[in-house]
Amino acid sequence: MKILVTVKRVIDYNVQVRVKADNSGVEKENVKMSMNPPDENAVEEALRIKEAGKADEIIILSIGEEKCQETIRTALAMGADRGILIKATDDVEPLSVSKLISKIVETEKPGLILMGKQAIDDDSNQTAQMTSALLNWPQATFASKIDIEENTAIVTREIDEGLERVKVKMPFIASCDLRLNEPRYASLPNIMKAKKKPIDIKSAEELGVDIKPRIENIKISEPPTRQKGVMVADVAELVQKLKYEAKVI
Amino acid sequence: MSILILAEHNNLEVKSSTLNTISAASKVGSEIDILVIGSDIENIAKEIANYQHVSKVISLDDKNFEHAIAEKIDPVIVSIADKYSHIFAPATTFGKNVMPRVAVKLDVAQISDVINIESEDTFIRPIYAGNALATVKSNDDKKVITVRPTSFDVVAKDGGSGIVESINFESSETFTEFLDREESKSDRPELSTARIVVSGGRGLQSAENFKLINNIADKLNAAIGASRAAVDAGYVSNDYQVGQTGKVVVPDLYIAVGISGAIQHLAGMKESKIIVAINKDEEAPIFNIADYGLSADLFEALPQLSSELDKLNSIEK
Repeated sequence: MKILVTVKRVIDYNVQVRVKADNSGVEKENVKMSMNPPDENAVEEALRIKEAGKADEIIILSIGEEKCQETIRTALAMGADRGILIKATDDVEPLSVSKLISKIVETEKPGLILMGKQAIDDDSNQTAQMTSALLNWPQATFASKIDIEENTAIVTREIDEGLERVKVKMPFIASCDLRLNEPRYASLPNIMKAKKKPIDIKSAEELGVDIKPRIENIKISEPPTRQKGVMVADVAELVQKLKYEAKVI
Repeated sequence: MSILILAEHNNLEVKSSTLNTISAASKVGSEIDILVIGSDIENIAKEIANYQHVSKVISLDDKNFEHAIAEKIDPVIVSIADKYSHIFAPATTFGKNVMPRVAVKLDVAQISDVINIESEDTFIRPIYAGNALATVKSNDDKKVITVRPTSFDVVAKDGGSGIVESINFESSETFTEFLDREESKSDRPELSTARIVVSGGRGLQSAENFKLINNIADKLNAAIGASRAAVDAGYVSNDYQVGQTGKVVVPDLYIAVGISGAIQHLAGMKESKIIVAINKDEEAPIFNIADYGLSADLFEALPQLSSELDKLNSIEK
């Protein structure tokens, strides 16, 4: 079985994001970029499934600028086998992303697709669900545990109320939660090896997918800032303030 | 403008997220139909018909739809989507699971987690964990939208005079089977709608110590929250998580105990009216957004807080 894992290059989660002065977007120049955190969990899960002898090949797919190859290399250094980059601008909407992924699925025919549950840049949380609907494959979103059996898998999903377990038939798509596993670090020898692993470069055009945006960004603005409050000396003062100043208790 | 809303419920009760979503949709138009899908939901359908702004409840009451399997729900919405200009659902794990499927089948982009509605086609949504707000205009003929429940008021549960219309739907085969659910049972207020939330972080150091948070929450009749670090460390389960990938809360009072204030956590609570931070580390970023900060060892501060609250309660009595 092949596993297809999608990865997105995003501003590193530790970076304090700044809105551009002209409200056209956020500052991306000279900002550290990394793999979207839950995508790392997706890569890790694929590696564990392969190590358990349930998969033979892990393909990493990314969509975006040339530099997304770095993100693909990161996944290859973790242990994935080969990469595919679909070259595009870095703001392809989930609707188009899911269509592009479906095209790759047609030719690669994976038995499982793993994705992060949400990208931490646009926070859309759509791509896995859309891809599942396009392919008519079962979906298991927000997965915190995946047990693959013969032709089915049992997936534990993190939902607002707690946990839910579903049984899905293979092939299926899972969107991975941060608690699915602890992603490994790439070892130096593996980083060297990854440099030789192949990355196939494609374009949306050659795949015949229209990626024209449907949503117009009118403006990107700063959220209202909170005024810094006061420090209190002790618990007694805190309770007094909450009771008589803020009047919330 | 004709609007369809997918209601969230558990076959027994309507979730408050449905009331927030109706309120959000009412800013777009006044013709609002609610789709209720479930099993044994006659009472729920009747209840929703009385809500403010509701014109019609479309009820699909079928044992086959007892559990909210996204793959079963989206075809129902798509089958009636023709009549509507806007389709709304709450941006809860329920709505997030279903709506992108509807959007892609209608070949439209979904607008996720809307916090404000500017016009029928222009919406405001947070991006980058709320560190930026995007004002976006949809150029699709149909708008598929999920709304952040805590950003909108709830509508009144009466004053409406909607009608209930029953429909049937023949599902095609799906390959996803519901097995079971483990829901945290609690007598406390629900986290996403509570007036007061007391949250604990890694500073608590263990699941055992986390009970100190429960004690304070009991005294304030508050819901309990947690940072991702505390959930990852196994102190409490995932449904307590407040943050970018957890729940977003907007209580009157949010007390963050032993939480440093990572960007991901702030995304879930920084709209709270009053924020209190208790942390040993004076430099912790949480103090930058706190209305009241107390730099103290939480293992000393929490018992003190507990007894101060007792004093307060005894004065009131």
